[in-house]
Order: sequence, then structure tokens, then C-alpha cells
Amino acid sequence: MLTFIIRRVLIGLGILLVSSFLLYLLVDLTIDPLEDLAQSTATNKEFLIAQRIEQLELDKPVIQRYFEWIGGIFTGDLGTAWRTNRPVGDLLQGAIISTVQLVSAATVLSILLGVAVGIVSALRQYSGFDYLITFVSFLLFSLPSFWVAVLLKQWGAIGFNDFLANPWIAWGIVIGLGIIAGFLWQLAIGGALKRRLINGAIGAAATIGALAFLQLSGWWETPNIGPVILAVTSVVIAFAVTALSTGLKNRRALYTALTCAALGVALWYPVRFYLFYYLTDYMNWGVVALLGLLAAGVGIGIGVLYRGPDWKQSARTGGIVAFLVAGLIFIDQVMSVWGPYYNSNAINGRPIPTIGDRTPNLGGNWWVGVLDSYTHLLLPTLALMLISFAGYTRYSRGSMLEVMNQDYIRTARAKGLTERTVVVRHGFRNSLIPLATIVPLDVITLIGGAIITERIFGRPGMGQLFLQSLDGAEIEPVMAYLLIVSFLAIVANIIADLIYAVLDPRIRVNA
Amino acid sequence: MTSNNMTDPTPDDGRIETAENAIELREVEGKSQGQIVRSRFLRHKGAMTGLIVMAFILVLALTSIGFPVFTDSWYISGWWAYGPNETNPIVNPGGTPTLTMPWSPEGFAIGPHPFGQDEIGHDIFARVMRGVQTSLLVMFVVGLVSTAVGVLVGALSGFFRGWADTALMRMTDLVITVPTIVIGAVLGKLFGGADPLPLAIALGAVTWTGLARLVRGDFLSLREREFVDAARVAGASNSRIIFKHILPNAIGVIIVSTTLLMSSAILLETALSYLGFGITPPNVSLGQLINQYQSSFNTRPWLFWWPGLFIIAIALCVNFIGDGLRDAFDPRQRRIPSARKMARAAARGEAEVQAHAS
Repeated sequence: MLTFIIRRVLIGLGILLVSSFLLYLLVDLTIDPLEDLAQSTATNKEFLIAQRIEQLELDKPVIQRYFEWIGGIFTGDLGTAWRTNRPVGDLLQGAIISTVQLVSAATVLSILLGVAVGIVSALRQYSGFDYLITFVSFLLFSLPSFWVAVLLKQWGAIGFNDFLANPWIAWGIVIGLGIIAGFLWQLAIGGALKRRLINGAIGAAATIGALAFLQLSGWWETPNIGPVILAVTSVVIAFAVTALSTGLKNRRALYTALTCAALGVALWYPVRFYLFYYLTDYMNWGVVALLGLLAAGVGIGIGVLYRGPDWKQSARTGGIVAFLVAGLIFIDQVMSVWGPYYNSNAINGRPIPTIGDRTPNLGGNWWVGVLDSYTHLLLPTLALMLISFAGYTRYSRGSMLEVMNQDYIRTARAKGLTERTVVVRHGFRNSLIPLATIVPLDVITLIGGAIITERIFGRPGMGQLFLQSLDGAEIEPVMAYLLIVSFLAIVANIIADLIYAVLDPRIRVNA
Repeated sequence: MTSNNMTDPTPDDGRIETAENAIELREVEGKSQGQIVRSRFLRHKGAMTGLIVMAFILVLALTSIGFPVFTDSWYISGWWAYGPNETNPIVNPGGTPTLTMPWSPEGFAIGPHPFGQDEIGHDIFARVMRGVQTSLLVMFVVGLVSTAVGVLVGALSGFFRGWADTALMRMTDLVITVPTIVIGAVLGKLFGGADPLPLAIALGAVTWTGLARLVRGDFLSLREREFVDAARVAGASNSRIIFKHILPNAIGVIIVSTTLLMSSAILLETALSYLGFGITPPNVSLGQLINQYQSSFNTRPWLFWWPGLFIIAIALCVNFIGDGLRDAFDPRQRRIPSARKMARAAARGEAEVQAHAS
């Protein structure tokens, strides 16, 4: 295995060097730094051209310039963007963070949603739901992302902001939404007519009830989770996670999950008003990750304390539930600054922005900053998600179908295992193997796709930097971007191969 | 066997299976591989709808405003009164579309500018049609170029293996390292402009990698088969084995991935044109139209809607055609017969059994 990795890394480095050389030649051919001067009418045109040639060393052959540039890379000098005279390293610093935020949010969300929808679609193959999902994913595949992004700006931002200024959904629309939701639920759950009708009615009633509650309690003006919603959601999470992870028959796991939920609700007040209050000045994402791990650890601990022969399953369930409930409390804290955020001068009652990745001159504490970056992420993430969501739906549906038709699934059923065990443990886990190898490659596609999203939403990310530098004929930022992206692509390919080799024992890597 | 049958096994499972087999047998009996594929494709409703809509769009775009053959001087003119770049007097206030729907108070009417006009009086229908022509041209050329390169690279490296394989696959790795849209932007800046052909060829030169890998995989397994040995024993040359014996067996993979590649090609071209690295004025592309008109979304939404709808329609059609082709070429694909068909086949089997018995 080690020789395999070393060999792949060495080949990858070689490819990276060759591709950077070819790309340098190509980019040099593409851009013309003298273009604006050639068209200028300045009297000292010749002098300006000569000056720029000297500045950019254009009199040297391109191969020499490449070696000087790559030599700089090896010593950690990424060059300068000559128009602004700023070092490329500085330009990249903020840009990378912005792009990473966008791409990681889009990746995580589209994997979660896409895989869930794809699996359900596969389990209900050739049903109305399956056909609907297939059609929708085809439609998403065919949508030009720039077109969707413009629409999102129009309706998602401007429309939603108008709605928030006077939040009231007409009752007719609430009922219509409820009926649509109920229809989708019965399609997804399926079964005989009676069961479908009951499920549809429950889904519709729940949706209408939730919307009515939000509307009547003035939730849209002061969005929050609060103890009541937190309690209800936590119990639902506890049941759902247990049902998926061990099955409700496993009482210890269920009690672990419910204990975690109860603990979360009990801790809501002290965490929100003492812990977060005193921590506000010291908050950063490292602290958040630490608190999340702490919560998961407490959940695992509760699972262990319930003991029993299958304490590992209880611990796993408890960890997941505790982590999710802690996440809810975190979201509640972020939401609690909504009022001041909404009414601040910089926002001016238009909370969903269409441009940039942060509001300038916003002020406020760390929580306000988090909320601000969330509102900025909302629409670009949606636009970026659409395509890869469709991809994950198709992949996970395909691989789940493949797995569910295997003999070992038949064997598992014949052993008398419950349908949950068959689907989750024997089916779902194995269907993840081919998916895991696609994720790294898809991330690269998303980084490419981020170019368009960043351009439309004016996010100062890497893609935007690349496009601007390409337009401005600045070779060094362009090459820095290309180098980073191809490095990531090579790493992603190696990771994909490794994941495959680790997850699938049939693959043997003999170097 | 489908998962459906496994979840609720019925007592007469055996009879159902016979019925299913009977239906399947009737579909393939006495037919060549090509005929089976063709009939499966023709039966695929999504693919047929896609094919018809696509043909309609193609004919509409070509005949309405006409098109140049090789040179601009030899121009086959169409039946539409306006050209894509002429400015005309504005008919409706603000240039709103003259197309009215049957349920509107005016009743159904097409009018002189069905898709509306922009602020200087361009006829949007003519512009969208020219955009469709450009984008379709790019799509087909990208498909052709990348299929040719991909098949060649894949076939050579899969058939000869050894150092040829290593060299060609390293070259593929080289192209794969940069996302298509990124390298497309660089190439688009170099080759883009009013003429779509150079752009299309350049894009085709970087989109072949996926196909090459698929074809290589197919060739690697097919070259070990008996019919290849037989051909070699009979004295066939390498090129004959590649083109006459192996390639026809890999045609399914090639056609399907070419179709899917073409649907991503049209999205790539429109995206590049939108970013300003693709087709530039005076020529028109669908992505460029959206870029040009996106700021007038509030005042003249039709300028934005029509080009977008045509991109979606084309890409959706190509995707459905690709899906139909995949189903048609996939030998494992079995249609799930409807309950009625099953009953009919079962009844026929029963009748046959009784006829034998008596």
C-alpha cells in the first residue's frame, strides 16, 4: 500500500509539473498584456510599451519565464499581480477561504440530500416517486447554472426580502403547499391506497400545521428555535436516528437517544445564556468544532453508561443525536442575533444579499458575522448544489439498485433479518463504496462550477480571481489558480483510488 | 429478477417468471442485435419525445432565419422576416412579445415579434434562433471532435497496452487535471470570437478524456475475447481487428457517452459565452444572449426567458435521448412488463399448456 501511495504521489507530481508547463505556455499564448497599450492614444505609447515589456520581462523567451516562475513557486513566492502590484499570495488568502466555504457547504448539502433522495428512489424503483425524481434530476442536469443563479437572485433574494418586509403567506397558499407536501410524502412512502391516503393526509396536516404555527407566532419576524421547537425536534431526531441506526426495537439505543435529547433541552438555557454569552468574545470555528466534539463525546458516554452487550450501537446513536441537538442549539444562538442583524443600518431590512461574501461595516459580535456569512452563502450554495445534487441522486440510485439485486441481499432477507437491517446495513453501506470514490472528483467539478457562481454573486473567491486576472492579462494569479486546482485534482484522484482500495477488499493494490 | 418481486414473493412466482421470459423472448426472437437496440430505443417514450422536440427545434432554427453554407455569400434564406442583427421599429410598447396565448383576452396570435424586442428593436425570435444554430453547431462539433479523439486514444491504448497505453493514459491524466470550465475559459479566450468553429474544436480537444477511459476499458476486455483470436488466426491486421471487430462491439458505450457529452458541451459553451470567453458579437449564442440581457430582467423579462428555455429544452432532449440509448444498448436492461401484459402472457402460456394436454 505504501509503495502504491508513494508511486501515485510521484507520478502526480510529475503530471503537475508537466501540466503547469503546458498551461503556462497556453496562458502566455492566450493573454496579451500589451493589448490595452496597443490601442491607447497616448503620445508616449512606445515608451509605455517598452516600460511594460521590461516590467513583465516579455523580452525573455516564455520558457525562461516559466522556469523563473516555477523556481519562485518552489521558494514559496507565487509572484505578483502586476496591475495592482499585490502579491498573489495575499490575493489568494481571502479568496481560498471564500471558495472553500462555498464549495464545502454545497458539497455537504448535496451529498446528504442527493444520497437520501437517491436511496429512496432506488428502494421504490419504477414508482411514481422514482419517475418524478428521475425527471427532476434530468431537468437539473439540463439547467444552465448561470441562468438559475440569475433567477435565484431575482426571486430568492429580492422576492424573499420583500416577503420578509411583510411576512404573511395567504392561507390558500399554505393549504396548497400542504397538499403538495402530503402528495410528495405519500409518493415517497408508498404502499397500498389506504396507507398512501393516511400518509398523505398526515404529511399535509403536518406541513399546514407547521406553516400556520410559524405564521401565527410571528416566527418570520423573529426566527428562533427556542425550547419548544427544540424539544419537539430533538425527540424526532432521537427517534429517527435510532430507527435508522439500530432500529426502535433496541431499547437501550432508544433510551440513549432520548436521554441525549432531554439533556440537550435541559442544557439549552445554560448553554445559550451562560456558556455562549461568556464565550462570545473568544468564539471561532475551532471552538465550535471543539464544542461539537464535546457534545458527541457526551452522547457516546451516555450510550456507554447504558451498558448492555451492544453498548457500541447505543454509543453511536447517542453520539449522533447529541451532535445534532448541539447543532440545533448552535443554530438557535445564530438565529438569536437575527433581530439586531435585520434592523442594522448595513442590512437595512434586506437580509438576503445578492453580492459579495460579507457585509461591509456590519460590526457586531462573532455571531452576527456567522449569520452574515450564512445569508451570503445561501443563494450561491443553492445555485452550486443543483447540479451536483442531481449527480448524487443518480449515482446513489444506480449503486443502490446494483447492491439490492445482489445475492447477499437475498440471503440477508432469507435469514429473516428485518427490512431495516437489510436496507441500511447490507444495502446502504455497500452502495456507499462507489459513491465514496466519486465525491473527491465531484469536489473538483464543484470548484470549476464555483467560477460561474462566484462571478454572478460577486463573491471574491478563487474563481473570480481567475476570471479577473485572465481578463486583465495577469499571468501569475491565473497560473497560481491553475496550479492549485490541478494540485487538488491530482490529490482528489489519488484519494479516490485509495478510498476504493480501502473500502473494497476485492481491489488489490500491488505497486 | 427485480427487487419488487423479491420483496413480495407470490405463490405462483414460477409462472410469473415464465410469463416474463415469454414477453422478453418475443422481443428478441429472430432479430439482430441492431434491430433489438433500435426497437428498444423506439419504444423509449422519453427518448422519442426528446428526439421529436430536438428535430423540431433544429428545423425551426434552420428554416426560420436561414443559414450560411460554408461562406456568408452563399446564404440560404428562411421564411422569417427579420434577421438576428437588424434593428426594427418597436411594435409593442417596451418591445413586449406579440405572442398571445389562447386564454388571453386577445386570443391566440403570433404577431410580428412573438418573443418580443429589446430596447433597440432587435427581433428576439431571430436572435434566439441564431443562438440555437450557433449552440447546436458547437454541440455537434464538440461531440464529433471529442468522440474521434477519445475513441482513437482509448482504442490505441486499450488494444496495444504496454508503453502506448502508459503514454496515452498519462496524457489523459494531464488533460483531466484542470476542470473543463477552467481550461475552457482559457481556450475560449484564445479561440473564442464570432466564429464558433475554432471554439468548438478547441473545446472538443479537452472534453474527450472520459470517453477515452471508457473505450480503453472496453477494449481491454474485448481484446481477450475469442472472436479477436479467431480474426487474428485468420490473418487480420491490427487495424482491421480494431475497426471491424472490436469497435462495433464497443459502439454502445461510445454512442451513449457521446450523447451525454454533447449535453454537457452545450452547457459548457453557453456558460463560456455567458462569462464572455465564448462566442462574441456580432455572432449570437444562447449564453451570450442571457449575459447581454440579464440586467433587464425586471423591465424586459422575455429577453431573459426565451434563450434560457431553449438551452434547457435542447439539453433536456439530448439527455433523454442519451438515457434512451443507454437503456437500448444495455443488455442487462429488462423492461418491467405491465400487469396487463403479464396477465396476457400468462393466459397464453396456460392456453398452450392445455392445448398440449388435450
